[in-house]
Amino acid sequence: MEINNIPVIDTDILVIGGGTAGPMAAVTAKEQNPDLNVMLLEKANVKRSGAISMGMDGLNNAVVPGHATPEQYVKEITIANDGIVHQPALMAYATRSFPMIEKLDSWGVHFQKDETGDYDMKKVHHLGTYVLPMPEGHNVKKILYRRLRRNRVQIENRYTATRLLKDPDGNIAGMIGVNTRTAEPIIIRAKAVIMATGAAGRLGLPTSGYLFGTYENPANNGDGHAMAYHAGADLANLECFQINPLLKDYNGPACAYVTGPLGGFTSNAFGERFIECDYWSGQMMLEFFKELESGTGPVFLKLDHLAEETIQEIETVLHTNERPSRGRFHEGRDVNYRQRMVEMHISEVGFCSGHSASGVWTDETGATTVPGLYCAGDMASVAHNYMLGAFVYGQICGESAVEFAKSRREPVLDEAFIQTELERIQAPMKRADGIPPEQMEYKVRRLVNDYLQPPKVTRKMEIGLERILAVREDLPQLCARDPHELLRAMEVQSIIDCAEMAARASLYRTESRWGLYHYRVDYPEQDDSEWFYHSRLFKDENGQMASGKRPVADYLVPLGDEKDAYRKMRVQKAANA
Amino acid sequence: MPIANHHSSVPVIVDEDKCIADKGCTVCIDVCPLDVLWINEDTGKAHMKYDECWYCMPCEADCPTDAVTVNIPYLLR
Repeated sequence: MEINNIPVIDTDILVIGGGTAGPMAAVTAKEQNPDLNVMLLEKANVKRSGAISMGMDGLNNAVVPGHATPEQYVKEITIANDGIVHQPALMAYATRSFPMIEKLDSWGVHFQKDETGDYDMKKVHHLGTYVLPMPEGHNVKKILYRRLRRNRVQIENRYTATRLLKDPDGNIAGMIGVNTRTAEPIIIRAKAVIMATGAAGRLGLPTSGYLFGTYENPANNGDGHAMAYHAGADLANLECFQINPLLKDYNGPACAYVTGPLGGFTSNAFGERFIECDYWSGQMMLEFFKELESGTGPVFLKLDHLAEETIQEIETVLHTNERPSRGRFHEGRDVNYRQRMVEMHISEVGFCSGHSASGVWTDETGATTVPGLYCAGDMASVAHNYMLGAFVYGQICGESAVEFAKSRREPVLDEAFIQTELERIQAPMKRADGIPPEQMEYKVRRLVNDYLQPPKVTRKMEIGLERILAVREDLPQLCARDPHELLRAMEVQSIIDCAEMAARASLYRTESRWGLYHYRVDYPEQDDSEWFYHSRLFKDENGQMASGKRPVADYLVPLGDEKDAYRKMRVQKAANA
Repeated sequence: MPIANHHSSVPVIVDEDKCIADKGCTVCIDVCPLDVLWINEDTGKAHMKYDECWYCMPCEADCPTDAVTVNIPYLLR
C-alpha cells in the first residue's frame, strides 16, 4: 500500500521510543511471541538514547523481599503523592519490581550486594527502604541493545513520530513521522502501539538560559504527550509538575540518593540539615524552595564533613554514571567536595511521572483511553516510576499489546488525516523565510518560566496562557533550513502543546497539592472535599482542550496512622535552640 | 524577514588529527542523542554542527581514537 507515493510499512507491534521502557516493551513482545513483527522506532539511536544513555547509579524505588513489601511501598507512594494515585497501577509495579530486578541481574546488570550476596538496600524514603545502588550501572544501555538484537527486534533509528493514526472505530492504527536527517516521511501501520517517549523535559527554561541544559535528556521534549493528546487520549494530573533539586547551573541531580546513605545531606547556607528526608516529593521540594528563598538560603549538597575514602567512593559513582560530566563541571569552578559545599537549585518545570505523577493516563495494564495504545515510563501517569518502573511498565505494555494485537486484522488507515499531517510536516522546510524553531522555543519556554512556574498565581497563569496561544498563532511562520531544523520545528510544536496543557491543567485545579508542584498561592489549602480526584485533560468533540475529574480508585492499601508523614518534612528545632 | 547567522562557541571539540571519520567511522555521530555531530564536508572529520548539547558524553566515551572532548557549555560553566 502507498499513500502519496510513500510506502506504508506494516508491523504487528510498534514501539515508539528506544530509551528505557521502549526496549523492554519490544523485547517482551518478542519473548511472548517470536513470530510477531515488532518494530522499535527511535528519534536518536537506541544504543545511547533516553534518560539512561550513560547508565544509572541506582534503583530508587526497588521493592525487595526482606526489606519491604508491595503493600508498604504502595502506601508510601500514596502518602508521598498526597493521596492522588491509582493504587492498582502502583501495586502492579510493586509486585513485579523484584522479578524485574532478578531478570535484569540475569542479563548482566550489576546491582550492589552485601557480603552475604543479598541486595544492599539503603533507606532514603521517609518511611521504608527502597534504594538499591548500582555503582557499576553504566552499561545498562549496552545490555538492552544486546537483548534487542538477540530477540530480532526491528530497529529504526533517527525517525521522530509526529502523529498517531486511528482506524474508523477509534482503535490505534499506527503512526506517521519523519526522518530527522533526510526529512523523508514514514507511515507505519500497526495493530498495537506502545509509546515510551519519556518526559516533557523541554517545557521550562533552565536558569542558565541554555535551551538544552535541561534536567531531562532534551530529546525528551513531550512529543508523546502531544501525540497522545491529539489522538484523543486522556492525560492526568499535568498540574503536578516535575521540579527537582539539582546542582545549580549544571542542572544534573545532586544525587542525595547516592550520597545520603554515605552521610551526605542537603543543607542550608550554615551547613544545617533542614529537611528530614531527601526523597523527592512535592512537600520536600516546597521546603527546599522556602529555604532557597529565605535568609538561610541558598541550598547546598554537604559532603565536606566526610572521610577521604567516602568522598572518593562518591566521586567514583557520580563521575562515571548517569551524568559523568559533573566532575568536569566542578573542576571548572574549583569545587572540591572535600573543601566546599556544592550550590544547589531547583530545576525548570516539566512533566515526568518518573519523579512526580503526571502524564498520559495509564491503568495497571499500561492501557491508555485509546484502544490499542499503551504507554510506559516517564510519559505514563503511574506515580514515582523511575527507571525500574519504566522497565516494569515496558514489560506490562509489551504483554498487553501482544494480547490486543492477537485477534486484530490490518487496521484501516485514514488517508485524509495522513495527507493533512504530511502537509504539516513538510510546511516548515517549504518556507524560505520566517521564524527559526530555536527562537520560537526560547520564547514559549521563557513564558512557561515567567507565568507557570510555582508559586502559581491565577491571573499570571491566565496571562501566560494568552501569551502561549499567541506563539501558536505564529506557527504559519515557522521555518526550517534543513532536516535537523525540521526536527526542532516539529518538537517546538509539541512543546507549545505541552505549555498550553500545563497552563490549562494548573488553572483547572483550584487548590494547592503536591507541595511545590502545584503550590497555588490564591488557593493555598489542599481541598479534599472538591479535589480528591485525578484531573483529566483531553481533546473534546469540538477539538478543544478540555478538563474534567476522574475518581480515585478504591485503595488496595489503607493509609492508617502514617497518612500525614510527608507533611512533616522540615527538621524541627528544639524549643530551647 | 531577514535571518542573522548566530555566532556561538560549541562544547564538543574533535581533534582532527585523531578523528578517523574520513575513513568511515561514524561512532560519535551515531550515538549523539541530539544529533548535533555531523561530518564536516571540507575536512571529512566529525564536528559539532549545532549548539544543542546535553554534555552527556557518549560521543567521548565511545570514540575509538579518543578524539572527542566534551566541555561544559559556556553558559553553564
